[in-house]
Amino acid sequence: MSKPIVATTSLAGCFGCHMSLLDIDERILDLIQLVEFDKSPIDDIKKFSRRCDIGLIEGGCCNSENVHVLKDFRENCKILVSVGECAIMGGLPAMRNGIPLRECLEEAYLNGVTVRQSNEARIIPNDAELPILLDKVYPCHEVVKIDYHLPGCPPRADLIWEALIALVTGDAMKMPYDVIKYD
Amino acid sequence: MNQIVRFTIDGIECMAEKNTYMIEAARENGIYIPTLCNYPGIKPKGSCRVCSVKINGRMMTACTTPVTDGMVIENHTPEIDALRKAILELFFVEGNHFCPSCEKGGICELQALAYRYKIMVPRYPFAFPQRDVDATSPLLIKDQNRCILCKRCIRAITDEKGRTIFAYKKRGSRVEIGIDPKLGKELTPETAQKAMDVCPVGALLVREKGFDIPIGERKYDKMPIGSDVEKIISHT
Repeated sequence: MSKPIVATTSLAGCFGCHMSLLDIDERILDLIQLVEFDKSPIDDIKKFSRRCDIGLIEGGCCNSENVHVLKDFRENCKILVSVGECAIMGGLPAMRNGIPLRECLEEAYLNGVTVRQSNEARIIPNDAELPILLDKVYPCHEVVKIDYHLPGCPPRADLIWEALIALVTGDAMKMPYDVIKYD
Repeated sequence: MNQIVRFTIDGIECMAEKNTYMIEAARENGIYIPTLCNYPGIKPKGSCRVCSVKINGRMMTACTTPVTDGMVIENHTPEIDALRKAILELFFVEGNHFCPSCEKGGICELQALAYRYKIMVPRYPFAFPQRDVDATSPLLIKDQNRCILCKRCIRAITDEKGRTIFAYKKRGSRVEIGIDPKLGKELTPETAQKAMDVCPVGALLVREKGFDIPIGERKYDKMPIGSDVEKIISHT
């Protein structure tokens, strides 16, 4: 029987959840016996080469590219898992949700102490190649259907491991108290 | 001598002094009823509804209801657990609770209850309301984004002359906690710390101090909220 195929991506996140996946340490040797990886920053496969069984999503949706990638994952993965606070509630990027977008951009490119001197032309990037920012940062499940959620910033490596094993084997997931944390 | 009444919680025979509030009576019998707005030593308010229990088949708040003889109380049933979970999820979506960046993480009672009820994601859409941070007090920061309007600070915190420092202001969905401008500036470090401790979430924070207990050693990192109450049962 062929191995289940896993894809991963990072949207508006910091890659901390991917780092936490790597924190399963030597169990990663067991993992590659159990699953194959397709599109993922871990193996640097850029496009889906086949339909996948499990998609792990890190980060929320802050721009049009995030939405595009997320919808691509939904189409190509049987099961989608939100990994981490950013994917579940927008996380730290969503702290901009209370601030008007123009104010955010002006702070980032015109008025912030680190850019005030260096951006003499006072340009806010607006190239057509750049993804369009959304009005707010959205959790993934408000954009597409998400099947499971793993909270944490990042989720504990043990939680990601438990979830992957449960999904691959079909067994019920053990949920010890100390692995479910929001920070 | 005070009259002792007998009642049951989830079928367990309990005893307490007559007129003891149910949440306290349950605690004395080693049974935990979760709450956010209730605080020992201050008059109950019944504002958060997390302690909702079924008494003789009717839903009521355990923090404001005294026990009486023969009461049949349901506390831990699928129906009540589902209701409490829904209330907790509403608290999360109604404010801006960014747990990873909150100094109260690990000692926050809202977070701890969410852990206890294994909330992986709220079922409701996030509101992401626009709310302010009040940093006018030199010792205390009030972050309205995390406030759940439990009124604990209003009820529990007074200055040395007995004057209340916190009060509700505005109305309806815009209601928020206000700090008295004059008394807020005259807060003693002890009162500021007490205010932070009384707040069940991270809405009141002592300035220039935070993240002083490492992750893994904080109050609710290893044991769920309420397990100290439930331990009583296992020891008796």
